Amino acid sequence: MSIVTNSDVEPAHIPAGGVGDDTLLEVRDLKKYFPVKSGGVIRRTVAHVQAVDGISFTLRKGTSLGLVGESGCGKTTTGRLITRLYDPTSGEINFEGTDIAGLTRRQMMPIRSEIQMIFQDPYSSLNPRHTVGTIVGTPLRVHNMVPEKKVLPRVQELLEVVGLNPEHYNRYPSEFSGGQRQRIGIARALALQPKLLVADEPVSALDVSIQAQVVNLLRDVQEEFGIAFLFIAHDLAIVLHFCPEVAVMYLGKIVEIGDRETIYEHPHHPYTQALLSAAPDVKQAAIGGRRERIRLEGDVPSPINPPSGCRFRTRCWMAQEICAKQEPPLMQIGKRHKVACHFAGELHETPARPVTAGLLGVDDQGNPSGEAAIEQAADQPGYADTWYDLKTKSVTST
Amino acid sequence: MSTDTFERPDDMAAPASPDDPFLVVENLTVKFPTHDGLVQAVTDLSYTVERGKTLGIVGESGSGKSVSSMAVLGLHDPKHTRLSGSIRVGGVEVIGASEDRMRKIRGNDIAMIFQDALTALHPFYTIGDQISEGYRIHHKVSKGEAKKRAIEMLDRVGIPQANRRVDDYPHQFSGGMRQRAMIAMALVNDPQLLLADEPTTALDVTVQAQILDLLQDLQREFNSAVIIITHDLGVVAELADTTMVMYGGRAVEYGATREILTHPEMPYSWGLMGSVPDVTGDADARLIPIPGNPPSLLNPPEGCAFHPRCPHVDKVPGDLCRTTLPDLVPGDRGENHLKRCHLANPGEIYTEEVLPEIAPDLIDPTTGEMIPELAAVDPDEL
Repeated sequence: MSIVTNSDVEPAHIPAGGVGDDTLLEVRDLKKYFPVKSGGVIRRTVAHVQAVDGISFTLRKGTSLGLVGESGCGKTTTGRLITRLYDPTSGEINFEGTDIAGLTRRQMMPIRSEIQMIFQDPYSSLNPRHTVGTIVGTPLRVHNMVPEKKVLPRVQELLEVVGLNPEHYNRYPSEFSGGQRQRIGIARALALQPKLLVADEPVSALDVSIQAQVVNLLRDVQEEFGIAFLFIAHDLAIVLHFCPEVAVMYLGKIVEIGDRETIYEHPHHPYTQALLSAAPDVKQAAIGGRRERIRLEGDVPSPINPPSGCRFRTRCWMAQEICAKQEPPLMQIGKRHKVACHFAGELHETPARPVTAGLLGVDDQGNPSGEAAIEQAADQPGYADTWYDLKTKSVTST
Repeated sequence: MSTDTFERPDDMAAPASPDDPFLVVENLTVKFPTHDGLVQAVTDLSYTVERGKTLGIVGESGSGKSVSSMAVLGLHDPKHTRLSGSIRVGGVEVIGASEDRMRKIRGNDIAMIFQDALTALHPFYTIGDQISEGYRIHHKVSKGEAKKRAIEMLDRVGIPQANRRVDDYPHQFSGGMRQRAMIAMALVNDPQLLLADEPTTALDVTVQAQILDLLQDLQREFNSAVIIITHDLGVVAELADTTMVMYGGRAVEYGATREILTHPEMPYSWGLMGSVPDVTGDADARLIPIPGNPPSLLNPPEGCAFHPRCPHVDKVPGDLCRTTLPDLVPGDRGENHLKRCHLANPGEIYTEEVLPEIAPDLIDPTTGEMIPELAAVDPDEL
């Protein structure tokens, strides 16, 4: 499988922040604030919804990055920023070395064919008055990919790729089931042979037995065409299944990012631990009763007025004084593992003192201690060669 | 349908015997006449739920799980529905009962929690008004007392500052809080039977865990019978005492949850388990989807409804699967486990062919048998 070999290649040599040879997408300190307008005739901006507040990550060619989080954490906004359906408030989106964050509509035109999107709802994302042939063929016509005569054969080819009967190009979306409609959406996204596919909850609207069909199709497509995926979902199991690298978002920020194995087996952020323990498990049937789980109180706070310091502290069971005063940096604590928590540690092995105190130059309560902060490449996309080791409390490398 | 023939005022008294299950559904068939023909939404469905117990109904959309539970509440319009069979709630026959009779039962003895709280709540009325409305209909109380009761219920389901939030409108609540408010509304009259139709599907995982905890606590407190309809096998595994798997309007497997989920005997149940990725599972393993699409209920397949999608059809001699509908009968594992399948040796096929594919970690690599914890599940104990 091409993806696996790709990620098996030693990836640590990509210089921090720099665009390595196989980096397809590099997002740096990306922000999107939506204005909240007052009522009345003069609609003044009274506040901002901080939907995405400074996230950075990289995505290598032909691999997948999963974005997980609860509703309102900004994962869909991130996807829409990268496809430039929204204009970013600030930050960079480097796609193959070009910053596309500030490009005009006209300048975006050639790049749009490289970045395509699969939408969540297969019922509202297909025009009911267009035939499947028109839906899948439109991107080909708009971008003049093939001469008009070749559009239909190409559409039929695409339908075949996604497992639909090529004869059905003349049918309307209403004649297809949910899973088949999602396949039409995938065919449309593949039409322009994109390098990056943003899949926004591609299976959550489908029945369980159909979900697996679509996930397998996406895998096949990735293997065959070497497409990189930004896979957005709230279902941790699907994301872990599909993506070798996973980023967990909470209230507009990435709180933990790393390899699939690290995130699943050694989650260091309390929110990731809670998410992993919250999903009901079929295997529990053999034991009976409910699984031991971390109980999070309350709901996600409003992104209009997020909590000071660490945004998760209002629901966190180990929050202390420092959490309200200092925002934890997204620090690298392993070769390919970053976490943003003052008390980062594996479950039931929570450190007694904030691990970030020395890093930020503050004392245990979060007040400035006068000591110099340790320079660590926080909030850089990708991974650095050196990281802050939690055990020795110093910057180390392999 | 004439309602008078079903008027049995004597039955409004307590159930014949307190040991009888609270809800008894027998041979329920629901058909909807449409322009295209007769939709056979539910066919010949029977189940029981006792007080203090939970039944989980699993199946994909169109399998008839919601239609059958709406029939229990008498929510189908008799003009456009053909109902037959029997549904007894605490000894009272629901099918054919008059609308007046149903109104006394609905919301009082039986209550329902719907999937999408935003559409199930009225946007123009405050949460408090909507909760107290149901209370005032079934109890002769003043508005003030009803509101007090609403605050008490909101507090019980864990809404902070209930006495202030009671005057809020649904849009001022978050998704999880709306679902809590709906649970409060359903529980305001201490119903003996609670129907929860996909109660957590629209919610985030951490909130889902909160709501499931709440449902379980409340069930223990009020000792009510609960039916939980879901497509999430994990929810069923953790909450339900008994499980029914539905396909194409029929029950295809029915028994104790632990038994059904550890020793499923019907290929559709195998398919369901194989198509769900597991957080703990092997990440590179391919999912094993059920091929094809759910059957049309307008024109259900001949024989077993699952045969067009079933990978094990060739293991059954002759054309049995295509021609004859299998009965829902006890399989190899005794009376507590009913299945609707022609396969003669489902247990063997499951351990030898299905488990190694869908959950290799449950198989002992040396002996090729199920790990001891699983194999030890005894059908007669459950």
